[in-house]
Amino acid sequence: MRILCCVKRVPAPGARINVTADGLAVDATHLGFATSPHEECGVEEAVQLVERHGGEVTVLTLGLPEAAEQLRYAASVGAHRGVLVATDGSAWDPQRTAAALTDAIRGLEASEGPFDLLVFGNESADSGGFQVGVRVAYALGRPIVNGVKGIEVDFEAGGGVVRARREIDGGFEVYELPMPAAVGVKEGINLPRYPTMRGRLASKKLEIAELASDAEPGGQSLVRLHRPRETVTETEILGNGPEAAAAVVDVLEELGVV
Amino acid sequence: MLLVVLEHDRGAMDEAAREALTFGRSLAAQMGMPLHAALIGDDDTDQVVEAGAFGAEAVYTVVNDALADFGPEAWGEATAELIRRLEPGAALAGGSERGNEVMAQAAARLDLPMVANCVDVQAGGETGEWTMTRQQWGGSLLEDARLVSERPLLTTGLHTVAAERAETAASPSVEAVEIDLDPLLTRTMVKDRVVLEAGVTLSTAPVVIGGGRGVGTAEAFAPLEELAAMLGGRVGCSRAVTNNGWRPHSDQIGQTGTRITPEVYIASGISGAIQHWVGAKASKRILAINTDPEANMVVRADWAVIADLHEVIPAIAEEIKRRRA
Repeated sequence: MRILCCVKRVPAPGARINVTADGLAVDATHLGFATSPHEECGVEEAVQLVERHGGEVTVLTLGLPEAAEQLRYAASVGAHRGVLVATDGSAWDPQRTAAALTDAIRGLEASEGPFDLLVFGNESADSGGFQVGVRVAYALGRPIVNGVKGIEVDFEAGGGVVRARREIDGGFEVYELPMPAAVGVKEGINLPRYPTMRGRLASKKLEIAELASDAEPGGQSLVRLHRPRETVTETEILGNGPEAAAAVVDVLEELGVV
Repeated sequence: MLLVVLEHDRGAMDEAAREALTFGRSLAAQMGMPLHAALIGDDDTDQVVEAGAFGAEAVYTVVNDALADFGPEAWGEATAELIRRLEPGAALAGGSERGNEVMAQAAARLDLPMVANCVDVQAGGETGEWTMTRQQWGGSLLEDARLVSERPLLTTGLHTVAAERAETAASPSVEAVEIDLDPLLTRTMVKDRVVLEAGVTLSTAPVVIGGGRGVGTAEAFAPLEELAAMLGGRVGCSRAVTNNGWRPHSDQIGQTGTRITPEVYIASGISGAIQHWVGAKASKRILAINTDPEANMVVRADWAVIADLHEVIPAIAEEIKRRRA
């Protein structure tokens, strides 16, 4: 089967996120970069599906040339091809991003045939617009369900279906999407593998196709980023060892939870 | 009119819908417009009455075979069609997983922008240029955004506003709206549901005992389980724990896991990275157990014990047993 995964390069923050002086981006001076977590799991899921059913995984990203690092990472864990839609690195709004990805996918499908499955992250870790996958799937006429934490592909049933599980409180929902289909996946669908040495070497040779986009900006634009006002909490120290247990239970009793 | 699209699960209103109604009520007042609500796939009186309690003056119901159960495409198209016909000044939904998904479906169909997870909105006047503050990084960072749209489509950041009924309840008028939906849209309707556990879940537990990297192994979670069982609560964990394979991802609290809202969250051996804090910050009270007094989780907690969780957690369980005896 042919699977396309869309991934986003995002800063990898620890306990604090700082903003650049102009307020237009995350200050990544002291941060590494990673694939947005839902999408890292999306790549792993695609690789597993192809290991089971045969086929090929293409990874698509949009951004500066540096985003090729995320395509190579995907290749190091089993993806076969990489495509980069080049931007100027400014924050593209969700409509523009979706239009550029839609054009890129149309182009790839016109020359190589349709993808059976498009895999998106439920939302990106940074800007979190919650819509790019839905917009692309709609534009291409594909069914899409978000929040997916389990995928099974059944080629026997009704021309081929994707059975998707979506986590709900205390269980899950099941959806059955006719292929070609799209999903928005969430972390937890699998535990992504680490690259092997062989994978790393192979990823260096990955040929990355570069595309340009003439997608127009949409209606939403970034003015500035800022950190939320922090509420200063007075932390009461109840103790420095197991003897603090009595004070802890006093607190729990006061809260009425014991 | 400002239209709030109500999220519900087979007739049971979701808290996100109450939050959206609360947020929508003040936005509608700011816009000088009445608050109306849309009920997709249900016309039950309970939800209509509840929408009225939150100030909705009219409720539009859309009931249809294609909406018999949740499905993002059919719900999105029904929402889009309501917006085409009613031409609201803006439409708003709660920023839950479904709320964002349905609004995104509607936005794609209407070819309009959608701004997700707003915490503050300044309606545009004559110019039609709106400004809003929205969440990035699950709320660890805020974005001031500008929106130019004939019909703003928005969602409210989950748990950023407390659901509050109107001072005086409205008795909403009810209008059943007939919408023809393409049967093809049912291809994304829920086919089946599987219940794995009944009772208290991580997102509803009144007490959550969290364990992080400091717990050390999968087996070392046993005392946390014991304490959680004594308190009628649930065990949760950080991303480091699921990445190590010590607990299933369904136990993960954080930006890419569950957002918890317990009366008290006991965070043990958790440093409190952004990823985790996003899921923990809606807890009403936090008690941190950590050997590091400078840990982010300790600094942000109401109470802390600066010690080894492997000694403190069993001691708390013993103390509760002693008092109950």
